[in-house]
Amino acid sequence: MLDAQLSRRAFLKTGGALVVTFTLAPRMGPAHGAAQPQKSVDPNEVASFLAIDDKGMVTLYSGKVELGTGAITALTQITAEELSVPFDRVTTVQGDTALTPNQGPTYASLSVQVGGVQIRRAAATARDTLLDLAARRLNVAKGDLAIRAGVVSAKTGGDGVSYAQLVGDRTLTVKANPSAPLKDPKDYTIVGTPVPRLDIPAKIFGTFSFVHDFKLPGMLHARMVHPAAVGAKLQSFSDAACRKIPGYVRAVRKGNFLAVVATNEWAAIRASTAISATWSAWAGLPDQARLFEYVRRSKAAKVEVIQSAGDTAAAMKGGGTILRATYDLAINTHGSIGPSCAVADFSDGRLTVWTPTQACHLLQPQLAVMLGMKPEQIRCIFVEGAGCYGRNGADDCSAEAALIAKELGRPVRLQWMREDEHGWDPKCPPTLLDFSARIDEQGRIAAWDSDLFLPEQPATRSGITLLACSLAGLPAMKFGDPIYNPQLGIPYILPNNRLTAHWLAETPFPPAWLRSPAAMQNTFAHESFLDEIAAVTRTDPFEIRIRHLTDRRGLELIERLRAFAKWEPRGSRARDSGALARGRGLSYVKYEAVRTYVGIVADVTVNRTTGKVKVDRMFVAHDCGQIINPDGLRNQIEGNVVQTVSRTLVEKLTFSRSAVTSLDWGSYPILTFPDVPEVAIDLIDRPNEVPWGAGEPTTSVVPSAIANAVFDATGARVRSVPFRPATVLAALAAAPRS
Amino acid sequence: MSITIKLTVNGTPRSLDVDDPEMPLLYALRDQLGLHGMHFGCGLAQCGACTVHYDGEALRSCVMPISAVAGANIVTLEGLGTAEKPHPVQQAFIDEQAAQCGYCINGMIMQAAAFLAQNKNPTEDQVRQALAQNLCKCGTHVRILRAVMRAAKQMS
Repeated sequence: MLDAQLSRRAFLKTGGALVVTFTLAPRMGPAHGAAQPQKSVDPNEVASFLAIDDKGMVTLYSGKVELGTGAITALTQITAEELSVPFDRVTTVQGDTALTPNQGPTYASLSVQVGGVQIRRAAATARDTLLDLAARRLNVAKGDLAIRAGVVSAKTGGDGVSYAQLVGDRTLTVKANPSAPLKDPKDYTIVGTPVPRLDIPAKIFGTFSFVHDFKLPGMLHARMVHPAAVGAKLQSFSDAACRKIPGYVRAVRKGNFLAVVATNEWAAIRASTAISATWSAWAGLPDQARLFEYVRRSKAAKVEVIQSAGDTAAAMKGGGTILRATYDLAINTHGSIGPSCAVADFSDGRLTVWTPTQACHLLQPQLAVMLGMKPEQIRCIFVEGAGCYGRNGADDCSAEAALIAKELGRPVRLQWMREDEHGWDPKCPPTLLDFSARIDEQGRIAAWDSDLFLPEQPATRSGITLLACSLAGLPAMKFGDPIYNPQLGIPYILPNNRLTAHWLAETPFPPAWLRSPAAMQNTFAHESFLDEIAAVTRTDPFEIRIRHLTDRRGLELIERLRAFAKWEPRGSRARDSGALARGRGLSYVKYEAVRTYVGIVADVTVNRTTGKVKVDRMFVAHDCGQIINPDGLRNQIEGNVVQTVSRTLVEKLTFSRSAVTSLDWGSYPILTFPDVPEVAIDLIDRPNEVPWGAGEPTTSVVPSAIANAVFDATGARVRSVPFRPATVLAALAAAPRS
Repeated sequence: MSITIKLTVNGTPRSLDVDDPEMPLLYALRDQLGLHGMHFGCGLAQCGACTVHYDGEALRSCVMPISAVAGANIVTLEGLGTAEKPHPVQQAFIDEQAAQCGYCINGMIMQAAAFLAQNKNPTEDQVRQALAQNLCKCGTHVRILRAVMRAAKQMS
C-alpha cells in the first residue's frame, strides 16, 4: 500500500541510510549570502535532520516547508515528542539546499505522512542512542531509565544526565535505525495536542517576514513585462520613456524575456508600464466556448486502464437500464493572494535564491540547467510566500529573478504583479469525464465504466518547463514529477468496473498540480454518478455506499457521518416547492485509494429563480489515522472546504485565443465572506495508526457533495464545475418536473 | 524633483521625500519606512491585503496616492498592537488560531478593527458584510469570523 503512495512522487524514499548527527557546533540558520555552510544534507550518507547544542536546544532541519498549513508546527511536535524534550526547545530550519535534507517537495499531503515519519525515525534513533549513552554513564540498565525534558535518569530517581552532557564535545554519527523503538502513543504529551501554530503571532503583529519582506543590501527591484499573448515573440522594445523615471536602471532582454529594473519598487512598476514593446500576433489557444469539445478531440498520447475489475465491456450488455453522464471541470488558477516574489543574488560565480517554492531541491537543478551552472554553485533558500496550494508562480518567478540577477551581477527582488500571477502561473487543467453504468433488473450495478481525459504527466511530456526557459530560449531540465497520482478510481467493490485514463498530448496552458490534482475531478464525477444511480434505484445515498464497501474504517466513517449530520432518508423529507429549495448531499472518498478517509454531507439552498447555489453547512467526518495536532487539522479541513466551495461555485479561468483574460479578482472571482458555509467537523483519531495526510483529501469530496445536494433540493443534475447561476438555471430547465 | 510629504505613521510624525506624487501609500510604508504588516496583493483595491487605517478608517494603501494622504494619521498593523500589548482583534485572532498562510490577515485584522470601532455588538451577518471585500484564498474565513465575533464581545 505504501508503495503505491510512494510512487506518486519521485522523492519519497524513506528509511535506510538516514544518518542522525549530534553536534555541538553552533546552530546553523539560513545565512544571508551565497556562502555554503559545511553541513551535509545527503540523506544517503551524512544527512542531518537534528542537532542538539550545549544548552540542550534542538534544531530540526526539515526539507518540508511551511506553506501556511501548519506543517512545521506539526513536525516540531513530532520531533519534541520523540526526543522527549519540551516543545519550545526545538527550532526549525526549513527548505535550504545547503542545510536541509531533500525530503521531496512540500505537496501531495505528504509533509506529515512521509516527512514526519522520516523525522520521527531520526528522532527515535537519536533518543535510543542517548539512552545507550546514559545507561553507560549512569550505570543503570537502559530499560530502567526515563527521560524527562531532555534529562535521562533512573526511573527510581537519583541524578540525571542531560542530552547536552551526554553528547559532550563529540560528534556522534548514527545511522538511523528503522527499528529504533518508537514512543508508545499512550505516553504522548505533545503529539495529539492542539499546540498553537509557531508562526501565527508574528503574522498577527506584522513582524513576520514573508519573502516579499526579505531585503538584501544594494538590492534592486525588478518587474516582468510578460508577452501580450502566450506564444508571442518580442519583435522590438524601447525603454526611452522609462529613462525619465527617477530610479530606473535598465531593461533586461533575452529572446522573449523582458524585465525592467530600478532602484526602488515603484520605479520598477512605473517602468513596466512605461516600456514600449511590440509583440507578434499569436492566437493559438482553443475557443473557450468549446473548451470541452477541444479536450475531447485532443490526441491522447496514451490510453491506460488504471482501475479494473471483472469484464466491464461484456457486463455493459444485458437487461436493465443504462445510465450515462459526462462531467467537466473548468481551468483554475492557484490564486495566491500574494503574487509570487523572489530575491536572487549572483556573485563570485554563485547564485543564491530566496524563494517561496514548494521544492528548493527541485528548483536548484532546474536553475542549474537553465543557467549552465553546476547545482552546487546554486543555493535555494525557502522563505514563506502566500499560500500556493500547489505549483503556483513561485518557481517561475524565482527563475526569472535568477536570470535577471545573473545578468545584473547585483541582488535583485522580483515581485509579480497581480496579472502576472493570474495570467502566468501554471494552471489546473480542464478535465472531462465520461461515466456509464448498467443497472440490472434487480437494481444492482452490473457494470461501471468511466473515462478520464487529462493532460499526460510531465514525466512523459517535456516536464514542467520554467517560464524563463521558454521565454528566453534557455535549456530546460526535464523532470518526471507527476502532476497526478495515477492511483485513481473508486473506493467501492463492484463486480465489473473500469477506469480508463486518456492522457492527452495537448492542453491549453502549462499544467501543474493544484490541491487534490485529478483526485478532486475524479471524485466529483464518481460520487456524482453514484448519486445518480442511487436516485434511479431509489436507494438512500448512505445505503448505496455501505452496500459497496467492505473497508472497516470506511464503513465506520460513513456511520459516524450519518449520525453526525443527523441524516434522514429523502423519503422522509419533503422537497421545497418555493423559490428557495434546500437539499442535502453526501460524498465519500478513501483518498487515492490508499489513505485518508473523508465524508461530507453538504446542506445547500438553491434559488430556483436566480440559479444561485448557497452552501449553508458542511458536515465533515475525517480519519487520517494518528492526529498530530487536532486544531491544525481542523484548520486544514476548514480551509479545504471553503477553498473548494469557491472552486465549485465560482472559479473559472477565462481566456481569449491569445491569452488569459481573467487577470484580476474581478474577472476571476472567488468565494467571499457572505457566502462562506458553516463547517462542522467530526475527527476520528487513531493514535495507534500511522499518520496520513490531510492537506488535500477533504477537497476531493466537496464538489460532489454540493452537486448531490443541488439534486436533492431540486431534482436537477449539475455536472459542470463551477456551478454558476447560468449553469444551474440550465440544469433546472433540463430537470424533469418533480 | 522630489516632493516632501508629511504624515503621521503609528503615532510618529514622518517626512517622506517622494519622486512621484502618484506613488501609492503602500510603497512609502513598505519601502521607505520598512513596515511590512501590509502587503501588496493586487494593486487594484480588490483583495484588502494592503489595508491600513487612515484617521481610523480602513484604507486600501495600494491605490491611495501618497500626495492624497499628506497630513493624515496612518496606523498600520504594527501600530495597532504588539505582542506585549495586543489589540483585542489581534488577541482574538491568536486565540482562534485564525490564520493559514497569513498573507491576507493584515487586511482582515485592520478591516475588522476599523469596523468594530464603529459597530458594537455586531451580528455575524454584519461582520460577514464588513469583510466582504477582503479576500482569503486559504479558506480561513470560518476562523476569522469566530475571531472577529470574539473580539466584538471583548470590545463591547
